[in-house]
Amino acid sequence: MTAGVATSRSGRWAGPNGFARLVHAEWTKFRTVRGWVIGTVVAALLPVLVAVLAGVSSDQRGSQTVPVGPGGEPVTDSFYFVHRPLAGDGGMTVSVSALSSSIPSGPADLEPGTVPWAKAGLVIKQSTRQGSPYAAIMVTGGHGIRMQNDYVDDTAGPPGPASAATVRRLRLDRSGDAITGYASADGTHWTKVGTVHTSGLGPAVQGGLFVASPPAVDGRGTRGSVSTAVLGDLRGQGNWAGGDWTGTQVGPESPTFAGYPRNTSGSFTGAAGRLTVTGAGDMAPAVRETLPTGGTLGDLLTGTFAALIVVVVVGTLFIATEYRENLIRVTLAAAPARSRVLLAKAAVLGGVTFVAGLAGAAVAVPLGERLARSHGVYVFPVTASAELRVEFGMAALLATASVLALSVGTLFRHSAGAVTTVTVAVVLPYVLIANPFMPASVANWLARVTPVAAFAVQQTLVRYHQVTSNYTPYDGYYPLAPWAGFTVLAGYAVAGLATAALLLRRRDA
Amino acid sequence: MRQALRAEWTKTRTVSGPLWLLLGTVALTVALSACACSVVSCGSAGCGDMTRLSLVGVQLGQAPVVVLAVLVVAGEYGTGMIRTTLTAMPRRATVLAVKAVTLTGIVAAAGTVAVLGSLASGRLLLPGRAFMAAPGHPPLSPTEGPTLRAALGSVLYLTLIALLSLGVATVVRDSAAGIGIVLGLLYLLPVVSATIGDPHWQRLLQRIGPMDAGLAVQATTDIHSLPIGPWPGLGVTAGWATAALLTGGLTLRIRDT
Repeated sequence: MTAGVATSRSGRWAGPNGFARLVHAEWTKFRTVRGWVIGTVVAALLPVLVAVLAGVSSDQRGSQTVPVGPGGEPVTDSFYFVHRPLAGDGGMTVSVSALSSSIPSGPADLEPGTVPWAKAGLVIKQSTRQGSPYAAIMVTGGHGIRMQNDYVDDTAGPPGPASAATVRRLRLDRSGDAITGYASADGTHWTKVGTVHTSGLGPAVQGGLFVASPPAVDGRGTRGSVSTAVLGDLRGQGNWAGGDWTGTQVGPESPTFAGYPRNTSGSFTGAAGRLTVTGAGDMAPAVRETLPTGGTLGDLLTGTFAALIVVVVVGTLFIATEYRENLIRVTLAAAPARSRVLLAKAAVLGGVTFVAGLAGAAVAVPLGERLARSHGVYVFPVTASAELRVEFGMAALLATASVLALSVGTLFRHSAGAVTTVTVAVVLPYVLIANPFMPASVANWLARVTPVAAFAVQQTLVRYHQVTSNYTPYDGYYPLAPWAGFTVLAGYAVAGLATAALLLRRRDA
Repeated sequence: MRQALRAEWTKTRTVSGPLWLLLGTVALTVALSACACSVVSCGSAGCGDMTRLSLVGVQLGQAPVVVLAVLVVAGEYGTGMIRTTLTAMPRRATVLAVKAVTLTGIVAAAGTVAVLGSLASGRLLLPGRAFMAAPGHPPLSPTEGPTLRAALGSVLYLTLIALLSLGVATVVRDSAAGIGIVLGLLYLLPVVSATIGDPHWQRLLQRIGPMDAGLAVQATTDIHSLPIGPWPGLGVTAGWATAALLTGGLTLRIRDT
């Protein structure tokens, strides 16, 4: 008799059809509680609201245009350039016998310092226009000889610094769009560093010497530096224009240029036999620290955090209310397969939250970008696929967090403890990594192991090994790749769900 | 009133939840403060406000206070106890008042321990971060004017947060919703204000947010560059708490249980 009842009961809820019924039952519970539906709608609206607020409240109209490289990315294109026009193909050689940098230690005094990416060498550039294509070979402060082109590309050459004892010789040849860089220690044996293809150079280019000196990282900030190089034996091959060399500070007003330390400026002295060139700035992609006024999709989606708290409350209540109202006994009597009940709840909650989150993100991202741009804010560019990833990532983040809240709610069987636990587990690391004074190591560790790792799905900035900067979550750089970060949160949710299922089976209702 | 207070105190004393939450407040406050003091990295410009740094744990320690205060009233709704309470004490304003008084007492007591513990951790740990070598960085002392204000203000801040939570919980009558609303109110506004590009709006949000404004009381240096002064800032939090309590009292009075 008992066996018969059990069979008929479990038969009704067994199989794929049975699970569909369970899902339907949970969906009916969800949609008929007004507070949960309102909460879900609010969770979708909050990111939109914050994106609009962030867009409308900013006003950078009239600020300097951000230089953009050939690849469309924002760049720093500010350096000291000693140049002459070169028509058609040709080349040049130079020797570098010193490259030293200075960093201000106080308001008035400069101290010698190490700037690993200080650069001195040869460059062929379309023009002195901001963001124009170029190819260069250079001695650096701490990374040996490098060949770089079009801001983002970097090829390593022979290592070691330049000094009076180890004079470095550099050579740069142009043949159409192909530019080849060579390095030599003695001037007779040349090693090819690389050949790069730079399109859009045009028939007549500017060629010559350059010195750049990017800001040095100091604690959580940076300080502008200045570098001086001693160069000699400058020889040109090909159709170089006659006359004197011209010294130009390229991009002096650029928003990505931190300027010179006080009482210093770019200059060159001497003749082709021996030149002393002083410069600051960089020829490199812009990062968050060099372009602090720039906005990212992650900034526009700060409302995700607000939506997260609402989603956590709704997710917890979805199970805790059953315990409070003793509905859980009816639920488990009707569907004795307890894990499946929990799965059905997770499916409904996760599905609804995903849809709401996606709707919110799909409105918030384009709207926020549009408003920010119309208020003169430079938004770091993203590809269409990255934008889609940010939107789906936000929806997945909210859905997974709601499942985590559901699991913790099942463990606690009590809404207050569960809401606080999940909120603090997410809020605390988020508040900590959003603090600019947090040391990078601690912030990066938090963004690896805590649920906030999932915010990596909103990352749209790119790190460059050839730009020294504080790459921290505060600046929009997460230590994990987008979906790897999401996996950390998903891991917490899956572990929570498994524990909840286990306890739900073993415990009395 | 005396009997009502006694009844409320008995309720608080005889369940284990409040004690654990108060211990949690002390532990979390001191732990976060100690962590912050031991990992702080200082640029050449110095490390800023040391008192504020060693009281940073209050930002976390307020979470258990919120839970405690919400549960004081929403817990009764959850179990149906509220009907018994209101039958025994038909004057609803009195019910809320004694809850507020009891809560103030226990939160102030735990808050004092938490704040003194945080200052002590700062005093012990900060010299290890090469602070005291620089001139103008005397050891933290709770008897010195601005530090005393920061310490006292932090205790008052925790109390006001408890009262704000009590008011909100009385209005929503549900613990999860109450905790969600108060924690959202506290933690969201600072995060949102950080994304606001316009400094004018940003300062406005920092002036009206219950956490940003209230914690201005912890500042001991550069007071003139703050969006809001220490005591006016705490006044803003007090305004939030008063408004929440009044709304709670009013809804408790006019509504059925």
